[in-house]
Amino acid sequence: MTTYAMVIDTRTCIGCGDCVVACKNENKVPAGLNRDWVVEATRGEYPNLETEFRSERCNHCGHATCVTNCPTGASHYWKDTNIVLVAAEKCTGCKACIAACPYDARLLMHPEGYVDKCTFCHHRVEQGLDPACVSSCPTHCMHFGNLDNPDSVVNRLLRERRHKVLMPETGNQPNVYYLI
Amino acid sequence: MNRREFLKISAALGAGYAMPALLGGCAPRPLPGTGAVTASPTVCNMCFWQCAGTLYQEDGQPWKVVGNPDDPHCEGRLCTRGTAGIGAYSDPDRLRQPLLRVSEGGEQRFEPVSWDAAFDFIAEKMNAIGEHHGKDRIALFSHGGGGKHFRRMLQAFGSHAYAHPSFAQCRGPRETAFGLTYGEGVGSPDRTDMGNSRCIVLIGSHLGENLHNSQVQTLIQGLNNGATLITVDPRFSVAASKSKHWLPIKPGTDIALLLAWMNVLINEGLYDRDYVARYCNGFDQLAAHVQPYNPEWAYLETGLEPARIRETARIMATAAPATLVHPGRHVTWYGDDTQRSRAVAILNALLGSWGRPGGFYRQEKVALPEFPVPQPPPPKEDWKAVVQGDFPLVSTGISNKLVEHSVGPDAYIKGWFVYATNLPMTLPGANEQIKSAAESLDLMVVVDTMPAEITGYADVVLPECTYLERYDDLRNAPERTPTLALRMPAFAPSHETKPAWWMAKGIAERLGLGEYFPWQDYTEVLDWQLKQVGSSLAEMQQIGVKRSPRKTPVYFAGDQPAEFNTPSGKIELYSTLLADVGQDPLPRYTPPERPPAGFYHLNYGRAPAHTFGRTINNPQLFELMPENTVWVHPSAAARLRVASGDYVALENPDGLRSNRIRVRVTQRIRPDSVFLVHGFGHSDERQRLARGVGADDAALMHNVRIDPIMGGTGMRASFVTLVKREVS
Repeated sequence: MTTYAMVIDTRTCIGCGDCVVACKNENKVPAGLNRDWVVEATRGEYPNLETEFRSERCNHCGHATCVTNCPTGASHYWKDTNIVLVAAEKCTGCKACIAACPYDARLLMHPEGYVDKCTFCHHRVEQGLDPACVSSCPTHCMHFGNLDNPDSVVNRLLRERRHKVLMPETGNQPNVYYLI
Repeated sequence: MNRREFLKISAALGAGYAMPALLGGCAPRPLPGTGAVTASPTVCNMCFWQCAGTLYQEDGQPWKVVGNPDDPHCEGRLCTRGTAGIGAYSDPDRLRQPLLRVSEGGEQRFEPVSWDAAFDFIAEKMNAIGEHHGKDRIALFSHGGGGKHFRRMLQAFGSHAYAHPSFAQCRGPRETAFGLTYGEGVGSPDRTDMGNSRCIVLIGSHLGENLHNSQVQTLIQGLNNGATLITVDPRFSVAASKSKHWLPIKPGTDIALLLAWMNVLINEGLYDRDYVARYCNGFDQLAAHVQPYNPEWAYLETGLEPARIRETARIMATAAPATLVHPGRHVTWYGDDTQRSRAVAILNALLGSWGRPGGFYRQEKVALPEFPVPQPPPPKEDWKAVVQGDFPLVSTGISNKLVEHSVGPDAYIKGWFVYATNLPMTLPGANEQIKSAAESLDLMVVVDTMPAEITGYADVVLPECTYLERYDDLRNAPERTPTLALRMPAFAPSHETKPAWWMAKGIAERLGLGEYFPWQDYTEVLDWQLKQVGSSLAEMQQIGVKRSPRKTPVYFAGDQPAEFNTPSGKIELYSTLLADVGQDPLPRYTPPERPPAGFYHLNYGRAPAHTFGRTINNPQLFELMPENTVWVHPSAAARLRVASGDYVALENPDGLRSNRIRVRVTQRIRPDSVFLVHGFGHSDERQRLARGVGADDAALMHNVRIDPIMGGTGMRASFVTLVKREVS
């Protein structure tokens, strides 16, 4: 089992959306749909403010409820990893996975009739490349790697920096980390 | 139930639903990149940073553009707009063929014509202007590399007047001010050394939202290396959100803050004495000049607490000389912009940052010879003396002055070539003037890839192919590492579009000036140039980017004297040139006008998804950011009784109203200001996505302040209020 993780530095993310466009091109995502998106969260009152930008996507959870709730087996883990994929030919578009995803139902319906989502660009990972979003980020705020390797960049960053995941209370064990 | 039956039942169940197709399964899709992939080098033209990249196609279809890792402009990573470059190529609303304005029964319309017909028309009109008014009466407005070819054609004809709006509507004040102070401008890409800075000061510069690629990358490198960021901005910009100190300054009072910072550095003895003694002229005059401007004085002007002003000045001094007080880029704000930019230049000199690591590096470009062409005859008359004689220190064209001199029957300028610049949204509050000019000009030719407001005024519209369909000049910008980059076509030109060099050559030939374009294809020029520096077109088509070793040091050497191209040969804290032309030799503060009751400072800026109005209709970028919003502080929103999402119109004190725009109520702005992203509010019907979406800030600018030194248009002295309106 290999655990792939994305570590995104909110301190250097500028919310530019390059990750969104890069993903759309790389994966030929149809117009009007996105596999990733950017959230802006501002706290405080003028002039004491904090603004955080987060590039969000599927969390490729260790306990992925979309996988366990899929009635046809279309939602599955890729090989022996935590990368969650949807097999288009098995997907009936029932949307059980969308309902089961605690991260605000962000999986999307491809016009050809199946649920589409972030794949962590496993076709690139297989070639030793970073996902398209990570490799396009102009501020280098996104990092990708193997969480099981203690020497990986993602592990080093998580050791050295304060971080969070979104909604850890779900128990889904998300694998997109945000440095704060 | 086996799978096939399940599907059948699903389909039957789905028959009564809106989208039965959603209930089916489908064949697995091939993974990206498993088809036949081809790659070709390009230089991005989505903004003017000109990053080198690679265009990939898969199975003959456009796939993606990514940055070239050898390129110092992008270090292998394009920005949002660059990544969306294919959208510029695939935009269905592109200009497709030459268009000629024709009148029929009192109605005017554009008629598609052949290139021959378009060139014949242009040559005939140019010759008529030459005959009736003189051959020097045609002006070129240009933004982008292709303008060079039209400039050569026009100069050969006898017309030398030209302007890049990037001077008088953007970088002009800082280039002028740094030129006066250091003998050379900041240049593009900006020579800022932020990756090595220990302190970075941004004054109204919203890097990050302004996504000039390597500049943003080096800002982030600096922050990752522990630099302290100080941001001065009426808005909590993205850069402000990354800052240790955000100074939410009262709009228009930046010079007061800069003078106070100088006051602290000088009076507390924190300036770089050795640097100033070695390189600078006029310190004593400066020291005397800033005495009245202590932080307590500045507090009353800027609203920034004296302790904060002192603290930030000390941080800058502690980090110096690795302190960069950023010169900004679009700096035509209040009409005293050269003076403000001078204050920035002087502050950097006090910190000793010019020519030092972490401040400003020294630029170098590849010594690339120009292809030998005949020199055009010298101009008959000095057009600058006629058009912009009041600005003797300015060596380039001032676009707003050229427009002024194009209006009415007695105007000096009789024809325009407009290359890739949408003047109605570029020049502030100038719509009526441009309309009047269009009526009195004998010829207006507009060259662009997309229809826009300016193309609506043209007599002839020439459709250029996009940067992914053409060769252009080699990119050879002055920078840290001398580098050449090649833009070459990945696709054949769509429709009947053509590159600029082809158009200029064709018009020149009609005018009997073909000798000025002594080549059949521009690849001959590129190959010749590359062979002079030990490369070739064939090599560059493979690698795209080639770096050369530097011949000069990146920074000043510590013990060697540096020469400056100023009258004194030193850094001029006190500017003798300004004194000579009757301007303030040391920066003086003028308090800005305050908004009338019920009005707000109109502040505007950029978003990382767009380059002005040029990209709004790009399908990929439109999807990412389809409209702009007007940012309003909650207290102002309460007074105006508006809420986030409401549509309003912006109205200036002259009663001019904008297109509808949605309100964004946010803490991220001062209560006395509103903000919107520039570039929206297109009215041209032919941009089917962008038309009528959002509001245009430039049209609302009623109080344009002309800089007395460089002639640019101060664009931040205008006010607006919000008018609620029904959703239409």
